[in-house]
Amino acid sequence: MAREFKLKDNEHEALLIARRVYFSAAIVILLILMIVSRVFYLTVIQHDHFTTLAKSNRVKITAVPPIRGLIYSRDGVVLAENKPSFSLQVIPEQINDIDAVIEELRQLIVIEDEDIKRFKQAIKKQRRFENVPLRFNLNEEEVAIFSVNRHRFPGIEVIAGLNRFYPYRDELVHAIGYVARLDEDDFQRLDQSNYRGTTHVGKLGIEKAYESVLHGEVGYQQVEVNAQGRLIRVLERSAPKPGENLHLTIDVKLQKTAIDALAGRKGAIVAMDPNNGDVLAFVSTPGYDPNKFVNGIDNKSYQSLLASKDKPLINRVTQGKYPPGSTIKPFMGLIGMENGIRTFENESWCPGWYSLKGHEHRYRDWKKQGHGYTDLHKAITQSCDVYFYILAYELGIDRIHAGMSRFGFGQPSAIDISGESKGLLPSRDWKRQALGQPWYPGETLIMGIGQGYALSTPIQLAKATATLANKGKVVTPRLVASTSNVMTEEKQTIPAKPEKQIKINNETYWDDIIGSMRDVVHGPGGTAWRSGLNAPYEFAGKTGTAQVIGIAQDEEYNKDEIAEEFQDHALFIAFAPVENPTIAIAIIVENGGGGSKTAAPIARKMLDQYMLRPEMVSKG
Amino acid sequence: MEQQTLGQRLHIDFPLLLGIVALCSIGLVVLYSASNQNIDLVYRQAIKLVIAMVIMLVVAQLPPADIARSSLWLYLIGIVLLILVLFYGDVGKGAQRWLDLKIFRFQPSELMKLSVPMMIAFYLSDKSLPPNFSRILLVCVFIVVPVLLIAKQPDLGTALLVGTAGFAVLFIAGISWRLLMAMFVLAAAAAPLLWYSMHDYQKRRVLTFINPENDPLGAGYHTIQSKIAIGSGGFYGKGWLEGTQSHLEFLPERSTDFIFAVFCEEFGMLGVLLLLCIYLFIIARGLYIAVNAQHTYGRLLASALTLTFFVYVFVNMGMVTGQLPVVGVPLPLVSHGGTSIVTLMAGFGILMAIHTHRRFLSF
Repeated sequence: MAREFKLKDNEHEALLIARRVYFSAAIVILLILMIVSRVFYLTVIQHDHFTTLAKSNRVKITAVPPIRGLIYSRDGVVLAENKPSFSLQVIPEQINDIDAVIEELRQLIVIEDEDIKRFKQAIKKQRRFENVPLRFNLNEEEVAIFSVNRHRFPGIEVIAGLNRFYPYRDELVHAIGYVARLDEDDFQRLDQSNYRGTTHVGKLGIEKAYESVLHGEVGYQQVEVNAQGRLIRVLERSAPKPGENLHLTIDVKLQKTAIDALAGRKGAIVAMDPNNGDVLAFVSTPGYDPNKFVNGIDNKSYQSLLASKDKPLINRVTQGKYPPGSTIKPFMGLIGMENGIRTFENESWCPGWYSLKGHEHRYRDWKKQGHGYTDLHKAITQSCDVYFYILAYELGIDRIHAGMSRFGFGQPSAIDISGESKGLLPSRDWKRQALGQPWYPGETLIMGIGQGYALSTPIQLAKATATLANKGKVVTPRLVASTSNVMTEEKQTIPAKPEKQIKINNETYWDDIIGSMRDVVHGPGGTAWRSGLNAPYEFAGKTGTAQVIGIAQDEEYNKDEIAEEFQDHALFIAFAPVENPTIAIAIIVENGGGGSKTAAPIARKMLDQYMLRPEMVSKG
Repeated sequence: MEQQTLGQRLHIDFPLLLGIVALCSIGLVVLYSASNQNIDLVYRQAIKLVIAMVIMLVVAQLPPADIARSSLWLYLIGIVLLILVLFYGDVGKGAQRWLDLKIFRFQPSELMKLSVPMMIAFYLSDKSLPPNFSRILLVCVFIVVPVLLIAKQPDLGTALLVGTAGFAVLFIAGISWRLLMAMFVLAAAAAPLLWYSMHDYQKRRVLTFINPENDPLGAGYHTIQSKIAIGSGGFYGKGWLEGTQSHLEFLPERSTDFIFAVFCEEFGMLGVLLLLCIYLFIIARGLYIAVNAQHTYGRLLASALTLTFFVYVFVNMGMVTGQLPVVGVPLPLVSHGGTSIVTLMAGFGILMAIHTHRRFLSF
């Protein structure tokens, strides 16, 4: 009974539920029709409206590259700045036939085949719907022409950006270097996420060495762009962190004085503060215009720079290798005393030449008639070659090598830009490995006057001079003194590299050598006496003349008969004041003839510029 | 005894399975485009779908009588978990929804989507239908308690769906039209109360729903951009992977809640019609199962689950097309995500169980 009742009940319930389900089904269909009609309304009736919106109202996120830090000189002059510039950029997805459009563009604006080649490569690497640059550095006329015809080129736009500019052009290129467009190799090397949107990267000099400081951190912005990819407005922005400014140790006035004093000759000049290694002047001539490299130098100009026999691309300060010549003599003298070979007063006889026992070859002194009895003071002030032949012979190459190494010869100076040469400080080992030959005693002799295999870079010579001026305190040359934050204007000093101290047996040796060098300039018969005339301050120096070609035994060096490129290099090292020096200088004038005649006057001009400043005079 | 079909032996309803597989396939295809061709994401989603389908087939093996018996317990466990979540839950996207069970993270509100209709169907099928007033009142308590707990997390979308599921059972059970009207009036009166209990972001959503242009960069942004995506798609769509709106990455939540906008943009009105046909087919099959179920519990539960499924679809599409507020309800079986898919598939498993565990009278 109960079972029957339940069954009946079940039937009744099934009917009730079925009715409600059918009712629900009707509602479902009604609501689905509502959705359908809504979608119909949007996709068909309002289609054109929304298509316009879609095309004219695109929102995308773009990287905002940081603004590169500026580079200032010691005296606050801008050496590398960011100038507004215009480039032509394309969104490839919005153009049907790119080749045709480029052809059309070419009627208006110069687009080189190289531009197109680079552009087509860039397309492959770019993300969809992003700008690809077609041309850089549009001039104002080109911008105007394009703007007038802009409507003809949907998907192409002139974009304003910042372009690196070096106002001192060729005068500082070897120190500062330059930035150039990022290439694939750079991208592999750098943190890609931080370089999203960045177009340029430091390739040389300070721009390269301090890339991470100068670059900053990328930011992002959400922008609304229309169908042509043109930016309508910025919706959201996380600002990039701009790169930090660099404050160099270079003093533009001193730099300028040095360049002017070189008067267009090839050469290198380094001035540095022996107290901390600050490089005050960094001259390598000839230079070249770094601005040409920023957006890619054309091949022809580049080839002519490469082929030039003046070699403007070489950084003579850090890469130029020159025989140090007689500038090596003060160091040799010190090594001689230190090793107990000679006292300051010991004399050698100089008849104008020197021969090794059992050899016929005569090693000549620059003074044909000889210097007579010569002690170290006279040997330095008058630059007696014979004295140093004998001294070098007595020292032997091993002790010379060890002694000269202490002054940094044959090693990179560790200046804060890369690509430095370490010069050449010859030794027995070196000769065996490099040339497969034993060391000959004759080679030791000419080593004593800085000839033969010995090669040093101007920065090495400057560092060694500063070490001497410091009485053995070794400082590392540097070009960047501090960085400053653009936002907070907070300045941060870059700590100097740790100093070293060369220990010698008797501290008076320093005074002997430095006194002799002072008398090179201020003493009677000093080789640079002319440059010391009427100087209101005292300075010490040493002249040098480096032979470019060997001269046969019975030949005379006659300047007028020798082509310029084979003439001697003129060298001069100097520091001032003699006590507690504030500046040390190394000068090399290629094919400039004698050091006293060509190089020393340059030092005098620089020292006058530097030492006679009101602040220096009051300090002194 | 009548020969059982293959489907009955395996407890699989093939028409339903066909519809589900079709939907999932479309979902993966759209996800590939919406995720900017992230094949790994599609792969992971496919794995989730397969796991969810396995769960569906496992659930389908359970006899409906067992499911009915578990209703009360599942409901009570769910309520306890919801309370736990309020105190110990993990916070994600400004809401406390997750319970960290060390092995996996669990959203108790998802369980309630199934256990609320199960509980109510279980309770109502006990006595003859339609239910009397006092029983209806108790059912309302069964609905309101979890809904309030979920709304407090706050998860308005899920609360709405749980409430709908419970209410659907009540409606199918034959609640009188007069009472229905009265409840509607009561709900309208309660609306201001609800307004004050809402979070700021929810209020903003409702306000911008009324006029999205008010705040085009903030809360109205979703709706405006999805309407543009749908409208610019046109009748035939822009083509797969060609949706500029989504590929310019400005359509928000395009692989989850707003995947329908991506679908519309790329496949147009034509695609929408096809998609709706598949949904309609699944719903029709679900209701067919409900009507042909042998027990009241099965009828009530099957129809409630099917109608809830439809409400999912409708709320999501209504939201994406700008007819309903943005409440965060995914498009079932198409949107990217794991938890909701497991719940949905388990629901389909229950449908299959109801349909395939039929008792045949032997003559």
